[in-house]
Amino acid sequence: MGRLVELRKKFQKKEIGYKEYYRTFVDRLEKINPKINAYLELFSSDVLAAAEKLDSRSSASNSLEGLPIAIKDVISIRDKELNASSKILKGYRPARSASVVEKLEKAGAIFSGRTNCDEFTMGSSNENTSFGSVKNPLRLDRTAGGSSGGSAAVVAAELCVGALGTDTGGSIRLPASFCGITGLKATYGRVSRSGVIAFASSLDQVGPMADDAEDCAEILKVISGRDSRDATSMQVAVQDYPALLEKTPLKGLRIGLPKEFMKPEGLEPDVQARVAETLDLFKREGAILKEVSLPHSEYGIAVYYLVATAEASSNLSRYDGIRYGHRAKEFSSLKDLMMQTRSEGFGSEVKRRIMLGTFSLSAGYFDAYYSKAQFVRSKIQNEFLAALKEVDVIFCPTSPSVAFKLGEKTDDPLQMYLSDIFTVSINLAGIPAIAFPIGFDRSGLPIGGQFIAGPFEEGKLLAATHAFEKAARIPKGKLEC
Amino acid sequence: MLKELEIVEKKYELVIGLEVHAQLKTHSKLMSPSKNVYGQGPNTAVASVCTGMPGALPTLNKKAVEMAITTALALRCDVRPLSVFSRKHYFYPDLPKGYQISQYDRPYAENGRVEFFWNNEKCSIGLIRIHLEEDAGKNLHFDERGISLVDLNRSSVPLIEIVSLPDMRGPEEAGAYLRSLRRVLRYLDVCDGNLEEGNLRCDANISLRIRGVTTYGTRVELKNINSFRNLEKALVYEAQRQFQILEEGGKISQETRLWDASLNKSLSMRSKEEAADYRYMPEPDLLPLQIQDSELKELASKLPELPISRAERFIKDYERSAYDADVLTSSKDLADYFEQVTKTIKDPALASNFIQSAVLALIQDIENDLPKFYPNADALSDLLSRVKNSQISLGMAKEILEIMVKEKSSAEVIIQARGLSQVSDDGALQAIVDRVIAANPKQLAELRSGKDKLFGFFMGQCQKELQGKGNPGRLKELLEKTLKV
Repeated sequence: MGRLVELRKKFQKKEIGYKEYYRTFVDRLEKINPKINAYLELFSSDVLAAAEKLDSRSSASNSLEGLPIAIKDVISIRDKELNASSKILKGYRPARSASVVEKLEKAGAIFSGRTNCDEFTMGSSNENTSFGSVKNPLRLDRTAGGSSGGSAAVVAAELCVGALGTDTGGSIRLPASFCGITGLKATYGRVSRSGVIAFASSLDQVGPMADDAEDCAEILKVISGRDSRDATSMQVAVQDYPALLEKTPLKGLRIGLPKEFMKPEGLEPDVQARVAETLDLFKREGAILKEVSLPHSEYGIAVYYLVATAEASSNLSRYDGIRYGHRAKEFSSLKDLMMQTRSEGFGSEVKRRIMLGTFSLSAGYFDAYYSKAQFVRSKIQNEFLAALKEVDVIFCPTSPSVAFKLGEKTDDPLQMYLSDIFTVSINLAGIPAIAFPIGFDRSGLPIGGQFIAGPFEEGKLLAATHAFEKAARIPKGKLEC
Repeated sequence: MLKELEIVEKKYELVIGLEVHAQLKTHSKLMSPSKNVYGQGPNTAVASVCTGMPGALPTLNKKAVEMAITTALALRCDVRPLSVFSRKHYFYPDLPKGYQISQYDRPYAENGRVEFFWNNEKCSIGLIRIHLEEDAGKNLHFDERGISLVDLNRSSVPLIEIVSLPDMRGPEEAGAYLRSLRRVLRYLDVCDGNLEEGNLRCDANISLRIRGVTTYGTRVELKNINSFRNLEKALVYEAQRQFQILEEGGKISQETRLWDASLNKSLSMRSKEEAADYRYMPEPDLLPLQIQDSELKELASKLPELPISRAERFIKDYERSAYDADVLTSSKDLADYFEQVTKTIKDPALASNFIQSAVLALIQDIENDLPKFYPNADALSDLLSRVKNSQISLGMAKEILEIMVKEKSSAEVIIQARGLSQVSDDGALQAIVDRVIAANPKQLAELRSGKDKLFGFFMGQCQKELQGKGNPGRLKELLEKTLKV
């Protein structure tokens, strides 16, 4: 049982009062957070005020009543500062909450704080932030992964019972894997993006990060669904994910193994070993393993960095210093005002991606880069969909490595980009995937695997993960904070 | 000195195409739920989408799409079943997102034409495309305070851009095209068509080529044209300017020029080399625009009768000239007015002539004033039916009309109050005729000796006696009979 469901039970059975719980909770938050720099802002006084009110009420039927949820700093919470971990948005406070935040509020959730992330979610280690890197709570000299590093770290460090992250190319799954928690990237169009700062609009999805599949299911059920404020959110009925958890046993489950993602030479030896053990477990439990092929996923990283940077260069045009956020103090003209503001406000990785995207959208290059990338993207998508006709889910590691050292890859963007080699193709295909712990390396750092399913099959993903959890009983990692 | 246009046109042919932006009269904006209003306080009609707040997503206004499709159908365009919105990028404070949501390589409508009567002939100007896009905001400059401010009320107001073929050959024809296009938009009630207020905007492309040549010359784009008069003036000026350059052996450079109405000339804004790279890309926040056949059929069935069809029907059914038909269909209200009067009095010629010569002379602004004008169609029909049954003369009808306008009272009331009814009774008329003849023996003798002109004198004297109320037809007949001319 994850801590979300566990805490809900305790509240419901009145084993613990809200006031009592949150007093300890806030103390702990304020003590632990400085060690890992995962929350950019703690909503301590709001949390305590909310707990007061909850205590005077009878137990509610809301599924997340009184449960502390952390929100990534790209998701709007009304009147709270929203920075996307960037200097350029310093001081900006949205007038309205994101649709997902409104839904969580309605379900009774209490927001514990906003979490650190890579600037505009561009990064794989949560080091591209204007507010200091997030440290991995299991090993403080390691990254928590990115871009939702703060959300992953606060779940792992037990500074909330669940968090929202966003995933454009692996930003939920990579940090989940590095921090030993569970994180789900939903089908594109499953969760509303309204009020969520965009990185790459055709890839971004909000998703839950929590202890296990069951906790993720509880959050996903609340945040999913068509939203009239997001034209790309789909009119597909939301399943009762928690109720489906027992419906997909490993016995008889057809699991596809993409040969391109399983090459031993591409994986750290310990990752390879845990993957092999996981496959053995699948077999023992009666699953049917089948090799599948995704030949174009080889181009995943290239395609991803063309599509995502092109969209990012466009999405980030609005940060011009005219209406909100940072504005340069010194400027000589209108053009200069915008240039100085953007030069001062954006970090170097963001600038790099804006320039890449601007280049590929330029006249004379569009067809060669952007159009070609979209063409290959549809090939990747078709290969996934074809493979998923033959199997129920696809399994592969989330990352070729365990959490790397802080600073280890910051000078080598290309090496950093390759951290996402097993995750980006899934965003390009628009299908759902879940990352979950499958064990540890010899030094005790967590290793993650991921299940991938067809469009809107989140229920199946969560259930398969739940079945694995029950069979494998992977222990929790030891915290260093 | 610039040469007269006739001199230019003797050697060169003008080639003109227009790009017209029309604001659609929707309640809310194209991509945002905020109100589509004009003339409100700055930034009072804005929502997070039109101010470009982080995380705000565009949602497409269905009503705007309907109006856009209706326009395309009225202009006989091919409507694309699947069109795509694109982002057009440039940095400017009045463009809060840093891009405009527009359509680029797959617009919703293509081909099509605008048909109209011009110089008594039916013209047809081809269209290349129509696309749907959002408007930008407005920068306001306060030079005395050294600041500029941005008003985003207009941001994301729906626009359609209607791009013509280079089918026009002169400024007047371009003016006629724009007026006719405006007329269609107003018939459809999709756009107010006010150039001064900017809900209809026009950019013109013009080039010159030596008569007989079939390839196009280098074109210049003219912007900032805010009235019909300025459209024609700007085109004349630009033709003259290009003529001078060509005649001096120079080359036209492809550029965008701004028309300055106060200087009566155009000024260079940017050259082709300086043209921005808009980095168009498909808009990922919106699904492609799907237009079903059933929707097209439904909207087509709701199309009103269009000005050109109505004009053609007036020519055929009411035997009007192309000129009359064009004038009478210049606004939908006027056409309705004419048609209602015609149907009541069953005399299209009388209705047409009287409306054009008398009624329109009393109305300043047909579009705005006619809907609340008195006499309305019923009251005018009543007046004109009195002409038809000879109760009053046409001249009297015109006088009564003026009183009707001034006093807002019916013809009946005015005629009663002032005793203006026409005298048609033969007995009463004969008595006057006899009296006038008896009183003017000298003129009678001269008339009899062959001075035919004096017949008019006797008519005049009779009408004088009758205070102008004598039925002219009857009076003439009786006078002729009595004088035996």
